[in-house]
Amino acid sequence: MAKAAESSGDPGTTTPRPLFAGLSDISISQDIPVEGEITIPMRSQIQEFDSSTLNESVQNTIMRDLKAVGKKFMHVLYPRKSNTLLRDWDLWGPLILCVTLALMLQRSSVDSEKDGGPQFAEVFVIVWFGAVTITLNSKLLGGNISFFQSLCVLGYCILPLTVAMLVCRLVLLAEPGPVNFMVRLFVVIVMFAWSIVASTAFLADSQPPNRKALAIYPVFLFYFVISWMILTFTPQ
Amino acid sequence: MAAADELAFHEFEEASSLLAETPDAATTSGRGQLAPQGHVAVEVDSGGIYGSEEAEESDKTALLQEEKQQPGFWTFSYYQSFFDVDTSQVLDRIRGSLLPRPGHNFVRHHLRNRPDLYGPFWICATLAFVLAITGNLTLVLAQRRDPSIHYSPQFHKVTVAGVTIYCYVWLVPLALWGFLRWRKGVRERMGPYTFLETVCIYGYSLFVFIPTVVLWLIPVPWLQWLFGVMALVLSAASLVFTLWPVVREDTRLVAAVLLSTVVLLHALLAVGCKFYFFQPLPLEHLAPPAQATSLPANLLLPPTSRPKAT
Repeated sequence: MAKAAESSGDPGTTTPRPLFAGLSDISISQDIPVEGEITIPMRSQIQEFDSSTLNESVQNTIMRDLKAVGKKFMHVLYPRKSNTLLRDWDLWGPLILCVTLALMLQRSSVDSEKDGGPQFAEVFVIVWFGAVTITLNSKLLGGNISFFQSLCVLGYCILPLTVAMLVCRLVLLAEPGPVNFMVRLFVVIVMFAWSIVASTAFLADSQPPNRKALAIYPVFLFYFVISWMILTFTPQ
Repeated sequence: MAAADELAFHEFEEASSLLAETPDAATTSGRGQLAPQGHVAVEVDSGGIYGSEEAEESDKTALLQEEKQQPGFWTFSYYQSFFDVDTSQVLDRIRGSLLPRPGHNFVRHHLRNRPDLYGPFWICATLAFVLAITGNLTLVLAQRRDPSIHYSPQFHKVTVAGVTIYCYVWLVPLALWGFLRWRKGVRERMGPYTFLETVCIYGYSLFVFIPTVVLWLIPVPWLQWLFGVMALVLSAASLVFTLWPVVREDTRLVAAVLLSTVVLLHALLAVGCKFYFFQPLPLEHLAPPAQATSLPANLLLPPTSRPKAT
């Protein structure tokens, strides 16, 4: 284009020539290639990746998902400001944790008394509906986190409390007494604080600054109720 | 004069929110499209200033209503408008419900006719869980004192508490709102509150019970009753002071019956919670019976004949 303009335009002429008048003077030689392939390197890589996950063995798939879940567990146990939980959210971890917690918390089937501990379904419902309610609450308050990201974070941050449940179960094998209770209380309080800190590290940034406390308080209530269920667990 | 005060107050509001809602801001909040503009304007609290400009106001209002489309109730942003509060606003509303003052209308001064659902929802959730948890704690403490009491986590009480509190905060305001709308014709000066404002009033008035329930852990019966009565008085006072301006236009009989029903229902909730969640404790070593003038008889029953919680 530039060449054609230069050749047709004459700096010395006084008569103004219409724009692009010299286009008709250009001849396209057959040597200049005007067609070809446009290859984007990324696209071919992604295509290879997609087809390979279909063909890989089941063990590879499971190990990859387990590694992702394990990596997120590490992020929860050592909470730093990172985007891993938010960017690649998955709900496997929360499901595993919730099922483990509910299995350990349910009252034994032998004990048919009506006022006992929670049933499996009650724990499950409290965890999932609690998480959904908190997510809805933070979205309604104007947070810019997606629904499943928030569920993912809240579910993964139950990990410290599940660990507390395991420890309490072990401690309860020893003889009951005030020392027993103090140890369990201490463990549950520490894990509760850890859960709150972990979830706040991930969730707090997504809220508008003057509503952070409004969004964090339900998280506090949620983990408080779960901690209470863990603390009052008595094996029948 | 209250009318002049409210006129001056409204003038400092944002112009768009004032004009988009009608001059009588008591009746329209998120449901502005339901109330016909002309009809509501008649009940305006102000007589003088808005009267002459009503034609212009209604023009502006109509224009602004077209521009600012109210989102339909199936959209997410409709519900987002009920959560449009900041932390400081929520804390201010809680403070306003804790310290009711006779001239201070909760809806006008604290809600500023922008009710929210965050407060009532989470106050109810907190109260339900706190009730169940402290009820369980009293059982733990009682068992410590008297090992014959059988301890169990009593998880079903959480469900009972939740259902009771939420039904109370939704059904009673619904009935109250319906009743006030039915009696709307009697009133000239002040329109009834919207449903959400009524829910807000009830929701925030329950906040004072949260610390009270925690204080009910102290196993001294007369102290428990003292705290209960104090909380009930504060809470019912905030309800009555808020409802009084709406109800005083009505006949004396209706006003008296309405207010006493409201207070009675509130008292029933408080007493019912106290008896259901806080089982009477063995009192052999606590306050002597002579001091307990207001205690009903069943609080002093021995443990074996207590009704089992079902």
